[in-house]
Amino acid sequence: SVSHSQITRLYSRFTSLDKGENGTLSREDFQRIPELAINPLGDRIINAFFSEGEDQVNFRGFMRTLAHFRPIEDNEKSKDQNGPEPLNSRSNKLHFAFRLYDLDKDDKISRDELLQVLRMMVGVNISDEQLGSIADRTIQEADQDGDCAISFAEFVKVLEKVDVEQKMSIRFLH
Amino acid sequence: AERRSCGAMHPPGGPAASPGPAAPPEGAELLRWQWQEVQVPCLVAAWILVASLAKIVFHLSRKVTSVVPESCLLILLGLGLGGIVLAVAKKAKYQLEPNMFFLFLLPPIVLDSGYFMPSRLFFNNIGAILTYAVVGTLWNSFTTGTALWGLHQAGLMDPGVEAGLMDFLLFGSLISAVDPVAVLAVFEEVHVNETLFIIVFGESLLNDAVTVVLYKVFNSFVELGPAHIHAVDYVKGVASFFLVSLGGTAVGLLFAFLLALITRFTKRVRIIEPLFVFLLAYVAYLAAEMVSLSAILAVTFCGICCKKYVEANISQKSRTTVKYTMKTLASSSETIIFMFLGMSAVDTSKWAWDTALVLGTLFFILLFRAVGVVLQTYVLNRFRLIPLDRIDQVVMSYGGLRGAVAFALVILLDGTKVKAKAYFVATTIVVVFFTVIVQGLTIKPLVTWLKVKRSDHHKPTLNEELHEHAFDHILAAVEDIVGHHGYHYWRDKWEQFDKKYLSQLLMRKSAYRLRDEIWDVYYKLNIRDAISFVDQGGHVLSAAKLALPSMPSRTSMSESSVTNLLRESGSGACLDLQVIDTVRSRRDKEDAAMHHVLRGSLYKPRRRYKASYSRHFISPDKQERQDKEIFRQNMKRRLETFKSTKHNICSSKSKARLKEKGRKKASGPIRVPLPLQKNTSLPSDAPNGRTHRNVPWQETAPVLVTVSSDEEESDSSETEREDDEGIVFVARATDEVLQGKAAPGSLDVCPSPCIIPPSPTLAEKELPWKGDQADLAVYVSSETTKIVPVDMQKAWNQSISSLESIASPPGIETGPQHRRFARPVLEKSASQAASEQLSCFQFPSHVSRSSRARSDSSPEGTEQPELQPLMGTEEQGRGLPPTEPRRLALARAGHI
Repeated sequence: SVSHSQITRLYSRFTSLDKGENGTLSREDFQRIPELAINPLGDRIINAFFSEGEDQVNFRGFMRTLAHFRPIEDNEKSKDQNGPEPLNSRSNKLHFAFRLYDLDKDDKISRDELLQVLRMMVGVNISDEQLGSIADRTIQEADQDGDCAISFAEFVKVLEKVDVEQKMSIRFLH
Repeated sequence: AERRSCGAMHPPGGPAASPGPAAPPEGAELLRWQWQEVQVPCLVAAWILVASLAKIVFHLSRKVTSVVPESCLLILLGLGLGGIVLAVAKKAKYQLEPNMFFLFLLPPIVLDSGYFMPSRLFFNNIGAILTYAVVGTLWNSFTTGTALWGLHQAGLMDPGVEAGLMDFLLFGSLISAVDPVAVLAVFEEVHVNETLFIIVFGESLLNDAVTVVLYKVFNSFVELGPAHIHAVDYVKGVASFFLVSLGGTAVGLLFAFLLALITRFTKRVRIIEPLFVFLLAYVAYLAAEMVSLSAILAVTFCGICCKKYVEANISQKSRTTVKYTMKTLASSSETIIFMFLGMSAVDTSKWAWDTALVLGTLFFILLFRAVGVVLQTYVLNRFRLIPLDRIDQVVMSYGGLRGAVAFALVILLDGTKVKAKAYFVATTIVVVFFTVIVQGLTIKPLVTWLKVKRSDHHKPTLNEELHEHAFDHILAAVEDIVGHHGYHYWRDKWEQFDKKYLSQLLMRKSAYRLRDEIWDVYYKLNIRDAISFVDQGGHVLSAAKLALPSMPSRTSMSESSVTNLLRESGSGACLDLQVIDTVRSRRDKEDAAMHHVLRGSLYKPRRRYKASYSRHFISPDKQERQDKEIFRQNMKRRLETFKSTKHNICSSKSKARLKEKGRKKASGPIRVPLPLQKNTSLPSDAPNGRTHRNVPWQETAPVLVTVSSDEEESDSSETEREDDEGIVFVARATDEVLQGKAAPGSLDVCPSPCIIPPSPTLAEKELPWKGDQADLAVYVSSETTKIVPVDMQKAWNQSISSLESIASPPGIETGPQHRRFARPVLEKSASQAASEQLSCFQFPSHVSRSSRARSDSSPEGTEQPELQPLMGTEEQGRGLPPTEPRRLALARAGHI
């Protein structure tokens, strides 16, 4: 449901990023985007484009990842529930975010994983101790089964009041 | 502004005070009646008082205020008071004067709404807001004006209405602007979702520029007369729109900058910090007004932009002061505005009624508002991420309330130039009353009926803050990747700019250094907890309950609530003779526990509060210092707990594994593990005992660390069976504690690691029920980390003593729960010969040796076997399923 013009636009972007001109993007291609270098989560997001073990992504994969950020349209909400869940569903959006935290892919955000992300996102002015207490509190807030880690279910639960549909969507991909 | 100066200038309170011709004084006077001198401020104060008292009266009945918006009530009250004044004074006095309104009543409301504007939400929807404010207002003015003119041309209006197209356009411009005061008054009580609210409210604030310009332009056109208007005047009109709106915004930004900069240097004069906020915002308003720019825009943007920096710079108290003063001022202004609106309506000398004009205006403003909203929304939805649906559009159309701004503007019209002024005044009053009263009354049921998404107010959680930040970064990154410079791209840019330059320039060094939103939320949450803790402080029980208020609290809270339950139920009648014994020991334990609690939370005698008076500083008084101390304690405690959890987490994975194994096993026969259970449970006392002893709960963390590692060790060294106990043990240990010392246990349970002061009391060391401390400690340990002892030797000693206390008859008597706890231990001894019992421990030999020695030496050791039969029967009778403890835990959670 991405319009033709959007695909062409994204494709031209894709090719302009593709400095090797081999139809795929490598990590270096992404890292060349200047703004991404100063984005605290830049590397994590770049990684999200690459499926496991791969270091190239083709246009299809590129679009697949971006599709997570397509806004949910009204007519999609009422669609039959039987089909595969669209990539831009609420839970898929959340899962995308969740995977950024979950480095070891055990479907849990452990304290260390959380701490790493925190370290990237907060300024250097916050001491390690403070960070640690933030991480602890965050986990305690979300943790329901007492394993001192945030599972995806807990992640969803803790964000249930957040308008994820809006906060994880980009107009451009409308 | 021009519009304000062209009207009649009435001093707010009537004729200026001037003492009458002085009669020669008849000698010296004792007192003199000086009403004239205080008349003006006195009247002002009196009216504010009346309005405020009326508010209190309204809110006496919850039923009335839940149905009728306050603004309606105030208008009605104003009508009533106006009637009384009219009847008494024979002429309408105390009207809503445009000057008073624009110079004194409006600024606080606008400042309040600007300062407390949720800026993120505002800027998220800025496109829609601007569209509705500019295009919408233009559309409304022109269509309404033209349609009314058409009505007039069609001859439907009274011939007395002498007005041309320009007059009607002028009227249209003032009647079509949605009023911020009215919107705020009504929407605050309706609680629609934030997006809807911010769009309607933002529109009402930002349309001021359009209203000002249109009003000014048409006013000058009317004065010039249609014949003298040249094309260049239209161009000027358009140009002046940009000048007025952008100029107003610029003034606001300039003053916001100044304000932020000034507050950066108020460190030594904290007491006047709030003043700067009000003063500069007001000066911004006046400055914009002076050069006839949009004053509302100036104050709004001043408020929105300065907030971040001002809040970071000024002290916590100043922040509170600013907040409350602003709210108080805005609220009283609003009250007075509505009341005076009502009072102004009774002045029939300004009225000239024309049914066609009134009805036509009402119909057209509603119609064109709806049409305008639908058209604009249609266009906007093509660009909006989340489209505004039908229901939103209905509420937006219906929520377009008119208010005091329109009234003040119409009063300002020059009657000599605008011939139909009287008609316009009457119409405006009707329109304002209609929108505020009828629409205000019906919008709530309408919103309910349409099932408009309501806003759900909830406290921000750390998770939400954190993850939303992550979302922002993600979106910014994705926009970078797709090369689209959208909203997130610019927001990201702005934030970087702000961080790099603005914040550094405008924020105190200390404030800047500490500035991080995630940390802020964390900090605020902690403060909230601390405050609630302090609020409940003093009461020991509640202190225990709140010891870890922000903690996962599943554990701590549940346990303490359970203990409360136990405490209540535990005092049931005991028929046993031993009861006395029990009672005594319990009381003693309670005393000991109390001692600890007091040691921990009582405050040392303080210096007398010095009755010093200073106008410039508020010296922190005793209460405050105490609060601070409590707060510090609380924070410290929390940090400790965090530390301990941290360590816990390290081992959590392996633990989880073990637990799982244990769970699997749990379904098997429970008898087997029992002997082991003793092992586990007993040593587990040790860390507590130890902690307890050296006390410093500050020390708990390190102790716990070793402990948890120890646990793993012991876990691995011992068989799976033990793991089996792992789970069960936790619950039981708790219970044990509870039962062992029902009441005192509950007191000490949670806070024990924290509140208890480092030094154990002398008496305690001598007290025979030292063991009870171990008990407490067990509880603690199980609650926080499920630890196994570090120091086996000590642990064993402790455990023995704890065993004693458990096994002692008094303990048994305390209640059913009590027995339940004792059961495992005793059962073990029952199932195995007493002599075997020790040998089957898999503890290091020296431990068992020492334990044996201990049991030999202590009378209780011999006592145990004797108890066995009793316990055994009990156990059978109760037939507790092995899963019991877990169920208990569930129940606890439920209880919470």
